[in-house]
Amino acid sequence: MKGRATAWLWAAALAVYAFLYLPLAVVVLFSFNDSLLNAEWVGFTTRWYATLFADEQMLGAAANSLLIALTAATLATVLGTMAGMAMQRWRSGLLRCLPFLVLTPVAMPEILLGVSLLLFFRQVLDLTLGLVSILIAHITFSIGFVAIVVRTSLAMLDESIFEAARDLGAGPWQTFRRVTLPLILPAVLAGFLMSFTLSIDDFVITFFVAGVGVTTLPLQIYSMIKVAVTPEVNAVSTLLMALTLTLIALAARLAPDALKGRM
Amino acid sequence: MALLEIRNVSRRFGDLKALDDVSLSIEAGEFFTLVGPSGCGKTTLLRIIAGFDEPDGGELLLDGRPLAGIPPEKRPVHTVFQSYALFPHLTVAQNVAFPLEMAGTGHAEIRRRLDEALGLVDLADKARQFPHELSGGQKQRVALARSLINKPRLLLLDEPLAALDAKLREQIQGELIALQREVGITFVFVTHSQQEALALSHRIAVMNKGRLEQIGAPQEIYGYPRNRFVADFIGTVNLLPVEVREVAADHLRLFAVGLGEIVGASAVDARPGERGALALRPEQIRIVARGEAQALENHFHGVVRDHLYLGDVTVYKIALDNGVVLEALLANSLPGPASFLERGEPVDVAWRLAAGVFLHD
Repeated sequence: MKGRATAWLWAAALAVYAFLYLPLAVVVLFSFNDSLLNAEWVGFTTRWYATLFADEQMLGAAANSLLIALTAATLATVLGTMAGMAMQRWRSGLLRCLPFLVLTPVAMPEILLGVSLLLFFRQVLDLTLGLVSILIAHITFSIGFVAIVVRTSLAMLDESIFEAARDLGAGPWQTFRRVTLPLILPAVLAGFLMSFTLSIDDFVITFFVAGVGVTTLPLQIYSMIKVAVTPEVNAVSTLLMALTLTLIALAARLAPDALKGRM
Repeated sequence: MALLEIRNVSRRFGDLKALDDVSLSIEAGEFFTLVGPSGCGKTTLLRIIAGFDEPDGGELLLDGRPLAGIPPEKRPVHTVFQSYALFPHLTVAQNVAFPLEMAGTGHAEIRRRLDEALGLVDLADKARQFPHELSGGQKQRVALARSLINKPRLLLLDEPLAALDAKLREQIQGELIALQREVGITFVFVTHSQQEALALSHRIAVMNKGRLEQIGAPQEIYGYPRNRFVADFIGTVNLLPVEVREVAADHLRLFAVGLGEIVGASAVDARPGERGALALRPEQIRIVARGEAQALENHFHGVVRDHLYLGDVTVYKIALDNGVVLEALLANSLPGPASFLERGEPVDVAWRLAAGVFLHD
């Protein structure tokens, strides 16, 4: 009886994982397939990767994506860290609303955020869409994630150590540099990596605020598959996947234990 | 001039008066203790001295200079926190050297002072360890060394022994007294334990509901409590309801309903006809066989109601003829039974004429 239940559980688990990862595995597999069609396995090749690195448009999009992701993640990390510290410090009064306000973009449907940012940039700011508008949009939806990780890591510390630092002669900035930052650094780095990943993968919001001149990697892939899913798309998707998984794994290692669900 | 002068300091949190017009002065070199039940305002006062909080009214003077507006890092005042508040990412040596680094002290000087400070608290061999590798008592000593290394004018200690077990607490109490004598720095110690306050301090301030109830040496506070709160909070006390009959220069003549006349030590502004209570410590009351009390004592009949064996002493509850029950101690000078007097046994209780203190109602 027990053996059968276990077997069922195993089968169910396998089915779930297959459902999640088989499509990804297919993409990876066909990126090494020596055929123009994603139909049958012909033979192993890396020529699609060679094609990829010769594709000017693709490289331009990748450069844009990296530039945006690095800048957005850096700024979101600075702002998100400050927000996280403020959330931990002011837990009463008007500033109690802060966590809610910072987290709203995280919970908002992406399409809603995309449309509202587009309207805001065009109608209110009269901004020309491009790198800057993408950057602002990406920072907007990343801040919340950084703030949450930083706040969680602060919440696990004994608050009196910050008072102790002041008490022992450290000014507010020295306290941050010598005590707060070293202690929350793993969380800050995890926040940075999460922001970077969110930015480099984002399609929906970027689609709305990119305008005509600037293309990012996800936008480039989308414009290519409108024609056909070529092996080159498989190759670029595989690389993107590898980068994302690496960053997520790193972030998970750095993030405070509470976020990993094993307190 | 006093080292620290606290003048009419008040602090409110909403409707709560955390500090209500508190004035006191602390002399250089003193071991001064603020004691009171939780919520009495002692920690608020400590945080105001440290600079983490500002008073709503009144002022603080350190060496004659006002402290208002000076942030905590600029005050020559350090705090030992209840949770020790050691920096978890720094070693013992880095923790202890922190105040010197913040002050911009040179490397050679830091080395020298660090060795001295770690030697003072006997932790030289733990210099490279991290706080989480230390025991509670060791953490406590690191926190002390860190707070003392750049010789503050004033050291504040916020219930630093509360997290330690009883045996260790007693040992560290001894170490604290020796340490304070050795470094000569003024200590302001906050505790809710009357035993700690009595054992450690040169002077004690008893606080209740944001107000100062009494300030004095441990012997004064224990021996001559000014009111019922102090008498009851510091140690154990028997309160015998009495009425003042006559006020003489060196004694009071009191009357207790159902018992008769009692002679008590004089009290401040006791007036004939006034009602109040005579405060008697359990160890001041002698239990003797019927009729064996001496002439120079107050003595009354009583009956043993109950007893509690504590090892070194047995606490007896003796019911007097008027129904009042007194607690008295009897040292267990011989090994053997839990009690040498049985329940229901008729006895006499007696105390010296100067023993009781009259407290106003």
